Amino acid sequence: MSMNGALPMTPVYFEAAAVIIALILLGRLLEAGAKGRTSEAIRKLMGLQARTARVVRADGRHEDVPVEEVAPGDVILVRPGEKVPTDGRIVEGSSTLDESMLTGESAPVVKGPGDEVVGATVNGAGAFQFRATRVGRDTVLQQIVRLVEDAQGSRAPVARLADTVSGFFTPAVIIVAVVAFVVWFVAAPVETRLAEALVRFVSVLIIACPCALGLATPTAVMVGTGRGAEAGVLIKGGEALETAHKVRTVVLDKTGTITAGKPGVTDIIAADEFGAGERHGFEKEEARAAVEDVRRGAVEDELLRLAASVERGSEHPLGSAVVRRAEEQGLRLAGAENFRALAGRGVEAEVEGRRVLVGSSRLMTERGVEVGGLGARAEALAAEAKTPVFVAVDGRAAGLVAVADPVKAESKDAIAALKKLGLEVVMMTGDDRRTAEAVARAVGVERVLAEVLPEGKAAEVKKLQAEGKRVAMVGDGINDAPALAQADVGIAVGTGADVAIEASDITLVGGSLGGVVTAVMLSRRTMRVIKQNLFWAFVYNTLGIPLAAGALYPLTGWLLSPVFASAAMALSSVSVVANSLRLKKFRV
Amino acid sequence: MDTTEIMVVVGGVVLVGFVVWFFFLSEGERAAARVGEGVQRIRVVVKGGYSPDVLVVKRGVPVEIDFYRDEASSCTEQVVLPDFRISRMLPAFETTSVTFTPDREGKFTFTCGMGMVHGQLVVEN
Repeated sequence: MSMNGALPMTPVYFEAAAVIIALILLGRLLEAGAKGRTSEAIRKLMGLQARTARVVRADGRHEDVPVEEVAPGDVILVRPGEKVPTDGRIVEGSSTLDESMLTGESAPVVKGPGDEVVGATVNGAGAFQFRATRVGRDTVLQQIVRLVEDAQGSRAPVARLADTVSGFFTPAVIIVAVVAFVVWFVAAPVETRLAEALVRFVSVLIIACPCALGLATPTAVMVGTGRGAEAGVLIKGGEALETAHKVRTVVLDKTGTITAGKPGVTDIIAADEFGAGERHGFEKEEARAAVEDVRRGAVEDELLRLAASVERGSEHPLGSAVVRRAEEQGLRLAGAENFRALAGRGVEAEVEGRRVLVGSSRLMTERGVEVGGLGARAEALAAEAKTPVFVAVDGRAAGLVAVADPVKAESKDAIAALKKLGLEVVMMTGDDRRTAEAVARAVGVERVLAEVLPEGKAAEVKKLQAEGKRVAMVGDGINDAPALAQADVGIAVGTGADVAIEASDITLVGGSLGGVVTAVMLSRRTMRVIKQNLFWAFVYNTLGIPLAAGALYPLTGWLLSPVFASAAMALSSVSVVANSLRLKKFRV
Repeated sequence: MDTTEIMVVVGGVVLVGFVVWFFFLSEGERAAARVGEGVQRIRVVVKGGYSPDVLVVKRGVPVEIDFYRDEASSCTEQVVLPDFRISRMLPAFETTSVTFTPDREGKFTFTCGMGMVHGQLVVEN
């Protein structure tokens, strides 16, 4: 209705334009703030880097230098409460160190001369000097930062779908907007047709939010991997994350994973025939018994000495345990000639002119050595979760050395937790069956793959995969590399300093099996968030765009004003990022 | 339908055709890397997209892509090469170098952090 003869006012949309711009900018601001928080974890990691180091010069002078100027070989002094500036090995002094910022394990670690220290860890109450081994980009901290950075940019397979859609999204939306314009222009009454068409056009362009779709996965992966890194679980990328949540079977390598990887000799048993030398005539029983004891001790020492002399050339942890025990007892080891390592079976060499064989019962059978009564003793030892190692001299059984690798304290709980998550836990080892089964019983594993040769580990993983399951393999990054690569998810356990291990998809910086539980739970939670985000982004756009285009108008009379469209758009991308940020609260 | 409406319809069809051509059919700007001192270099300007957006490099030779980000809008603040596990933040109005060695042939997509803006890396032998 006109007043005073004036023409009816055509809507000017000033307020709509102003509000739309304000809301879009607000949305961008919130989104930027939220996205900034997703990369908080990485910024925190980078902030762990120390700034200065106190270098001890050759003349004894102490000099504070920026950490960039430290060179490998420099000796650095660390006082109580200070941050360790870079990676190295302690040369003097000892202390307890808090490594929780890297490994996620809160218990402080005691370290002394010869032990490795890692840059960015915090020193406790003692002071020590260490020689720098790795500086700058090579340090553990910088390797972790690079790894997490790259992981955060990687694409999980589920995201590739979203990326493809994103590629079509923009042109599709423009086309829908143009079509909406044309349809409304033609269908609306002449007076309002331009306005109606324009409003629809603008609403469609505003509400379509490819950002939500594009942010759905990357933000969740960023927060998820960042959170993992804080707990010492380094996930190599979105793909590893996605596969990890599909895993149904976990294979644990025994040595170094379930056990501490520090075997020690527990028993030395000489065969009766070995060292049966002179027999003296004795009149008194006690005297004979006493001499017998001494003789026995000497024979056992001799057995150990021979075995250790051969094992000196071996790199196997069992071999080093034997050598260590011999050295502890002050035995003088002899030189070994023609040393041969027989993978998975043992070692052999010539010691003082005698042919000495050290290895498994299988080796003894292969070489035709009669073990006699030692066989039963070996079985008894195995039932105690010890590994019996046979020693044969010149083709005759000389005795047994039993080696035990203590189980890590947290292994049992971690395995129980894995089973509670619905995973099948399998133990794989090169140890003999009896020993393996005894260890498995102690930690709660039902399925054991024993006597697996090093080269057979990958094949065993393949066999499990052929059963139709996704298999995760947990092991040493160096020795188990082929098996780790074969598995759907390879998890390398605390191999110390070399975190960027190619074969593994996930690296656990600390040595604890609890990290596997964390990895699986984190990946499941992250995938759930990704799916929520994608669902929301898809639904939002599939409902919002037709609504904005006025497609529902003929049926319901619903229309979307541009102001509401911009509010909705701002909210949608912010809510996707906010949902991803919830992952920060993840706790095992 | 009056004349205006017919014109609008025709205009709409033309626009749709243009959109289809622009997004799907037009060939991107192609550029080959310049080799010097054993490294292949390409400079890419990031402004609403990647220019050039088809990068041709050789396999096995280290590549250095210098991304110059000529804008501040948040879309392009991150560049991602998922096939080579690379992701880098690109600060606004600065040049950021991304170095890697392509070990396999083929066509690899690189995108902004949200997957909206594309480019293609072509690795030849």
